[in-house]
Amino acid sequence: MNEREKIIEVKELVKKFGNFTANNKLTFDVFKGEIFGFLGANGAGKTTAIKILCGLSAPTSGFAKVAGWDVGKYPNKVKSNIGYMSQKFSLYNDMTVKENFRFYGGIYGLPGKEISNKTSYYLEKLKMEHTQNVVLNEIPLGWKQKLAFSVANIHDPKVVFLDEPTGGVDPVTRRQFWEMIYETADKGTTVFVTTHYMDEAEYCERVSIMSEGIIEALDTPAKLKEHYGVDTMNDVFIKIAR
Amino acid sequence: MSADINITNVSKSYNEVVALKNINLTIDNGELFGLIGPDGAGKTTLFRILTSLVLPTDGEVHIGELDVVKDYKKVRRNTGYMPGRFSLYSDLTVEENLNFYASIFNTSLKENYDLIKDIYIQIEPYKKRRAGDLSGGMKQKLALSCALIHSPQLIILDEPTTGVDAVSRMEFWELLKKMQKRGMTILVSTPYMDEAALCDRVALMQNGKLLAVDKPQNIVNSYKGSLFAVSANNMHSLLSDLEKLDNTKQVFRFGETIHITSNIESDNQYIEEVNKHLVSCGYNNISIKKTNPVIEDCFLALMDIETEDKDKAE
Amino acid sequence: MKAFIKKEFLHIFRDYRSMVILFGMPLVMVLLFGFAITNDITNARIAVLDNSKDVVTRQIIQKLVSSGYFILENNITNQNEIENVFTRGKVKEVIVFESDFANKLITGGNANIQLILDASDPNTANIVTSYTSGIIASYSMELMKQRSIAPVNINIESRMYYNPELKSVYMFVPGIITVLLMLVSAMMTSISITREKEMGTMEALLVSPLKPFQIIIGKVMPYMVLSFINLVVILILARFVFMMPVAGSLTLLLAESLLFILMSLALGILISTISRTQQQAMLLSMFALMLPTILLSGFIFPIENMPAILQYLSHIMPSKWFIIIVKNIMLKGTGILYFWKETLIIIVMTMFFIVMSIKKFKIRLD
Repeated sequence: MNEREKIIEVKELVKKFGNFTANNKLTFDVFKGEIFGFLGANGAGKTTAIKILCGLSAPTSGFAKVAGWDVGKYPNKVKSNIGYMSQKFSLYNDMTVKENFRFYGGIYGLPGKEISNKTSYYLEKLKMEHTQNVVLNEIPLGWKQKLAFSVANIHDPKVVFLDEPTGGVDPVTRRQFWEMIYETADKGTTVFVTTHYMDEAEYCERVSIMSEGIIEALDTPAKLKEHYGVDTMNDVFIKIAR
Repeated sequence: MSADINITNVSKSYNEVVALKNINLTIDNGELFGLIGPDGAGKTTLFRILTSLVLPTDGEVHIGELDVVKDYKKVRRNTGYMPGRFSLYSDLTVEENLNFYASIFNTSLKENYDLIKDIYIQIEPYKKRRAGDLSGGMKQKLALSCALIHSPQLIILDEPTTGVDAVSRMEFWELLKKMQKRGMTILVSTPYMDEAALCDRVALMQNGKLLAVDKPQNIVNSYKGSLFAVSANNMHSLLSDLEKLDNTKQVFRFGETIHITSNIESDNQYIEEVNKHLVSCGYNNISIKKTNPVIEDCFLALMDIETEDKDKAE
Repeated sequence: MKAFIKKEFLHIFRDYRSMVILFGMPLVMVLLFGFAITNDITNARIAVLDNSKDVVTRQIIQKLVSSGYFILENNITNQNEIENVFTRGKVKEVIVFESDFANKLITGGNANIQLILDASDPNTANIVTSYTSGIIASYSMELMKQRSIAPVNINIESRMYYNPELKSVYMFVPGIITVLLMLVSAMMTSISITREKEMGTMEALLVSPLKPFQIIIGKVMPYMVLSFINLVVILILARFVFMMPVAGSLTLLLAESLLFILMSLALGILISTISRTQQQAMLLSMFALMLPTILLSGFIFPIENMPAILQYLSHIMPSKWFIIIVKNIMLKGTGILYFWKETLIIIVMTMFFIVMSIKKFKIRLD
């Protein structure tokens, strides 16, 4: 596994807000094409870490490199090489499907022709061609999240950050969503995902669990379960976070 | 007010969109009842009808002897409701929020301190902090305290655990169990299927319909067919290869394995067929084990039946 | 309810930026209108076409020039020159005396002056007219006293009769009071109610045993107090910065203002019942209340100069009636007898809005 190309490199990353240490000496690597689960309790520091990795916030000390660029020094280079989607912020509800694709494609500087090609490619794949002129708030949540994931991939980023992408989505659509994640990872895009569904933690190649600003555990789901002597990731999580 | 809830033939549509289709449901006094389903299933609409915030298009709801439409004032006085959205004032502190909610029900934090003590001691260290600065789990606990402060007989909690981590969720359910022991009737909705097992009874909900209403164990027991957990060396491609199988009803990922349901009587024969197929596809480390379904398996099976019915109808 | 009001004050004090705007605005507006956008004119250039050249016309011209507002640019002798004077651009006004002016005035009691204005700047033109008319009117009064003759009439309409010192800040203060009371009361309440809707806290309030009127009063009280403080600030500024006294009863002024505040608050609640978001509430307040208040109430543009349809429209603007009342109390010093009709109109409007807002206030979500 060590021969795989590192897409995210984090060393001794620290982020402080006043006296409060949100991230304490995080060190980990994520590889090309890996599905990396980034778990932790609410308030454990996940959001802070993701913000740093996306170039939205500078680390207090330490070092993080995403897609080959130092996040502290070249946040804009980082941003153009990553995709991002979350449950809360994904697409514009008052725009049509096509307009959303066009907008996000435009943001990343894709030529119009390519945006149209990609739009039809993704819509065909999702079997959603008929919805291209539908305003987004008329589309069910699960479909919306699938669209949002496609839009996050429109500029072929090296990494996609997914922040609780499947919250509230029905079990069938949730699984279809994960099929999309697998497909993306198999094409070589790294997927960095947070979730509160512990069964989804099992779908990841490796999982890190954060608690109070520190990464307490990082390994494959199977090894974590073995190490803590439990049967499910849920139990692993509870053992660590409690 | 007794908190037996009788929901009879309730439907609700917003313009042309049908949110609830002919719901019939009875909830007993003192029950911890779970309403389980994804976003858009109609959980919030049903809860809003119960709290008299929304009028049903059709049908009736009674809580004890009270009609939620006619006697809405009494219903509201005896119900604790925690809306799905974060319904606290983020610019007020923890303490100020609690005092405010206490006072609008003509009570005080002191008067009902016992009632919320178990929850409140967990957030008390932060009582001077603004509600907006709390972490997700803390916010939910504060919101629950606010909903409980007037000692209601019925509490209705709309997705209290959504977006909350597994540990905080577990703690939250422990609190609910304690509340139930005090004799309250508790109605909770959640999109997390694994929380179903923590309720006395659950209703599985999808597209404005109830798919099943029963004790969690009964729902699991009534699962039709045999369920198998399959794993092999390449989990990525395993799913699509399993989908090519004959005699197979459903295939879906489930944690570290893939769950498949068989269409035929003999389990052994089925396992053999699956094994043969996977070997011919070139897999190693193949494991096929019969497994017990959980609520999520039942939900997926029921959703499948639902779509089949719909297809037939069309 | 006490707790509700307390909570509302907490919201206001926690949001210090809005506080600054709320209390800074009256200051800035009064000072701006008072000093910067003052409508006073100095050294406006005029020309005279004196067809009479008698002692009266000379005296009038003398009066105008010595007032300090006007500079006599040139005397012209011919009707045809008027256009030339204006095209050169400096002259704002040409004053035309009819021939045999003094004689007509003293023996016939009636004489005509024609004022011709450069209307490319209508606002200035308007003011110049008023100033000129004011000075001529005061001259004719003097004339009567000096010569003890029967009333004479110089045919010019005076619009600023009750503003003898011709200071525009006197005209603006009533307008600013109206606008600010409206803004703070209506806009802030409507925004604070819709905010609860947006945040989802309205759901929690609705399921509580609070009655609609309790929620409404709880929402309204703090803004009533704020508006009142604002009113006092403006009055103090007017008194001590612009030396503008309140001619009539201060108590009456405060009472009438309270009535107007009440009406604005009711309007604010009404707005909040029909808007879903804070943004909608704000835009509605702006377009439905603020703009008409500024444009149609006579605050900036005189109502009598408006087309008939706008004049009718101005009748339904509560602010129009309130401005009349404030002007009466502050400038004329008259009592309630002179504006009980206006007061009654506002009372009726207030009742109407209160009933409407309580009726429309939804006890449910849909």
